[in-house]
Amino acid sequence: MKKVQAIIIGGGSAGLSAAVTLKKNGIEDILVIEKDEEPGGILEQCIHNGFGLHTFKEQLSGPAYAERFIRMAEEQNVRILLNTMVTKLTADRVVEYVNPEEGTVQVQADAVILAVGCYERPRGGINITGTRPAGIYTAGQAQRYLNIDGYMVGKRVFILGSGDIGLIMARRMTLEGAKVVGVAELMPYSNGLPRNMKQCLEDFNIPLYLSHTVTEVFGKDRLEKIEMMEVDENRNPIPGTEQDIDVDTLLLSVGLIPENHLADQAGIKMDPSTKGPFVDDRYMTSVEGIFACGNGLHVHDLVDYVTLQAAKAAEGAVSYLQNGKPQGEPLRIQNGNQVSYCVPSQFYPQDPAEKVTVYFRVRTPLDKGTLVIRSGDKIIRSVKKRKLVPSVMEEALLLKKDMEGLTEPITIEIAEE
Amino acid sequence: MYDVVIIGAGITGTMLCRKLSQYRLKIAVLEKANDIAEGATMANSAVIHVGYDPEDGTNKAELNVKGALQYEQLCKDLHCARKVTGAYIAACGPEEEASLDVLAARADARGIPYRDLSREEALKEEPNLSENVTRVLDFYTTAVVYPWEVANACMEVACQNGAELHLNAPCTAITKEDGCWRITTPAGDFATKYVVNAAGVHAEEIHNMIGKAEWQATPRRGEYYVLDQDVQPIRHIIFPVPSKEKGKGVLAIPTVYGNTLIGPNSDFLDDPDDNGTSDAGLAYVRANISKTLNNIPLNRSIRTFAGIRPTTTSPDFIIEEVAGAPHFIDAVSIESPGLASSPAIADRIIEILSQTLPLEQNPDAVMMRKKPVVLAELSAEERNALIRENPAYGKIICRCEQISEGEIIDCIRRPCGARTVKGVKKRVRPGMGRCQGGFCEPKVVHILARELGISPLDVVYDAPDSKILQSENRI
Repeated sequence: MKKVQAIIIGGGSAGLSAAVTLKKNGIEDILVIEKDEEPGGILEQCIHNGFGLHTFKEQLSGPAYAERFIRMAEEQNVRILLNTMVTKLTADRVVEYVNPEEGTVQVQADAVILAVGCYERPRGGINITGTRPAGIYTAGQAQRYLNIDGYMVGKRVFILGSGDIGLIMARRMTLEGAKVVGVAELMPYSNGLPRNMKQCLEDFNIPLYLSHTVTEVFGKDRLEKIEMMEVDENRNPIPGTEQDIDVDTLLLSVGLIPENHLADQAGIKMDPSTKGPFVDDRYMTSVEGIFACGNGLHVHDLVDYVTLQAAKAAEGAVSYLQNGKPQGEPLRIQNGNQVSYCVPSQFYPQDPAEKVTVYFRVRTPLDKGTLVIRSGDKIIRSVKKRKLVPSVMEEALLLKKDMEGLTEPITIEIAEE
Repeated sequence: MYDVVIIGAGITGTMLCRKLSQYRLKIAVLEKANDIAEGATMANSAVIHVGYDPEDGTNKAELNVKGALQYEQLCKDLHCARKVTGAYIAACGPEEEASLDVLAARADARGIPYRDLSREEALKEEPNLSENVTRVLDFYTTAVVYPWEVANACMEVACQNGAELHLNAPCTAITKEDGCWRITTPAGDFATKYVVNAAGVHAEEIHNMIGKAEWQATPRRGEYYVLDQDVQPIRHIIFPVPSKEKGKGVLAIPTVYGNTLIGPNSDFLDDPDDNGTSDAGLAYVRANISKTLNNIPLNRSIRTFAGIRPTTTSPDFIIEEVAGAPHFIDAVSIESPGLASSPAIADRIIEILSQTLPLEQNPDAVMMRKKPVVLAELSAEERNALIRENPAYGKIICRCEQISEGEIIDCIRRPCGARTVKGVKKRVRPGMGRCQGGFCEPKVVHILARELGISPLDVVYDAPDSKILQSENRI
């Protein structure tokens, strides 16, 4: 069996960042495996602006952002296998892949970095009854048809879900001449970034229906009509609020789910709150030598954070390749009041890193609150916060001195006022 | 002039067509939809019932037992997926246990093997059985198939033996002319000596073209959840005890490829094409599965669907030459266990035909289907040899089900090949997985356009009006 120091599964924003970081740290023998014809991942279809404000201090399109990393990877002579699908991953880090040139190949890696991305929740994952016509797409699918393949999927469009891709597609399809009739959001608040709410809906007078959902679709061959209803505080449709809307297209932007099939295969423990693997502060999963990053770990709001966290995962892999596992037993970092998830979810008090940034999201929008980091009853730090929303990822910082000698799990919580 | 025209390319029509294609006959199948297996065959429980349920003396009882026994060899000959899962009939309480005794007695009389399990024995194999379940009969030879794959394979064999398939050919009139039947369709007229009405939910309309039927169609809709392959809460098919009023009830079915089906309900319909799902129907399924099972993760549903059973006012299958209409044969009211019975239904129809139609064996007829390439079944060496020969087998298009471009191209190029996105999905499964085609559908559209020599704008999801793309973009 062929051997390689590190394999990175996925050549999108996370995989490329991890690859470049490994090379910069002197790990030469690496392989990136990408299923598509080009590296860059989903960024290639995100032709809108707004990427890279943190990483490059400028606004780039998705493909331009990807291009910078593709060039860095080229400069570092990163080996990228294209048109290559990973078909198996074992706990002892044997990666099986298949491509048209080599067929099925197995490679033994010292470290594996999962950078596999996520997929969009399909119609079957939510409760929309009715017929099964053409004309219902996930937002990202419609985006691919439009921006990669060059085709519009419809003329009169309704969008369910105010996730960012849905909002971006509302603007994009409007610019292409379609009539976007409205966007419905199940929650009483938007799930998209505030700037996308402004630039994609408000600027184009596209109505947003909060606490509404699409309950049924009509049309035998192609979509003809949807039924929208208002929902109560338990998200159940309120009888009598039915409203029929004539559209030929319904886009679903109802959630992204980390792609975790390979992680499952390798027996990696999954975090039900992120739907991705549990990782420690070095981004190592529950299986030694397998790391995770990007949207396959948890769904990010900005690609800049994907880049940053993937680099940290790569640094974790470097440290593992050079020094092995961190010392001692790990301690949990857990969700407290108002916190829906934390990444990473454990750290090593006997072998603490210089600092650990814990990324988390709040459950519901809060005008203000206090971020409290505590270990048992001991408060490590508290920070006042304003305008916390679920769509924006928040950070909690743990310094080396905070972590040393701790024996109680760390809880990240928001104290409400 | 055709010898036999079969109306309907569902499991009944295609199974018959394959068996008839071993004789020197001119045969056509007329299908109103844009593909094979688009009605009841597309959306049902996919179970090859072994035949303990139908009452003594019925067509159902005889044909179910005989039909089910043919499936093992049939699926080998056609290279169709078949998985023997066994079926648990789960009784809750003394009254239902008494019904199990009736089923067991029937099974004994019909030579159907089973095991009688106590609650404790059954729980060892199916830990999610609910606390209501007191005793179980395990009909361990029960299998599941992909019904549309079987229909498709049958039609492919028949076409290779010279039978014709006409899609988008709904019958609008049937008349008697010079002692033979003339069938009018938008795809042309078909003159034939014999007609077989295998039109499923539309069988009454077809029958009424030659005279009023003595039975009436009473189509019933059944709705289902499909669960992600990653959650496999059961290993056997789990049935509640069947009742006269409610039929087979809400079941849980492990499918050939690891998904789990939960359903169906049973709603009478006015419109035989109304296969939309409903709040009430799915709520019924949710409420009733808990009778026999706990911990069914319906939150891991990847799709819901509904199918229409071609039920009629007749409680039994009707397979007969229509009185007063010689050479017009009804094969109607083929509700459950129609799929399991279909090989024997075909035999019964051939028996009827043979009374007046000379059947001469065609020595050139081949009844086996050429084995399709299924990468997942091959060893690494076999796969690599194939990829060296044709690199398209090394390019995975569907990441959920791991289907290669080569397999997709094959299913388009085969006889009776896929012409639509759903046709590709039915034949080789891209889009059946957890992303439901989110990633692979654009690629499948591209491959279809290339293979069919059409613009992607003309690629359809299913019916001719179900276009996926509307126009080229401006920018």
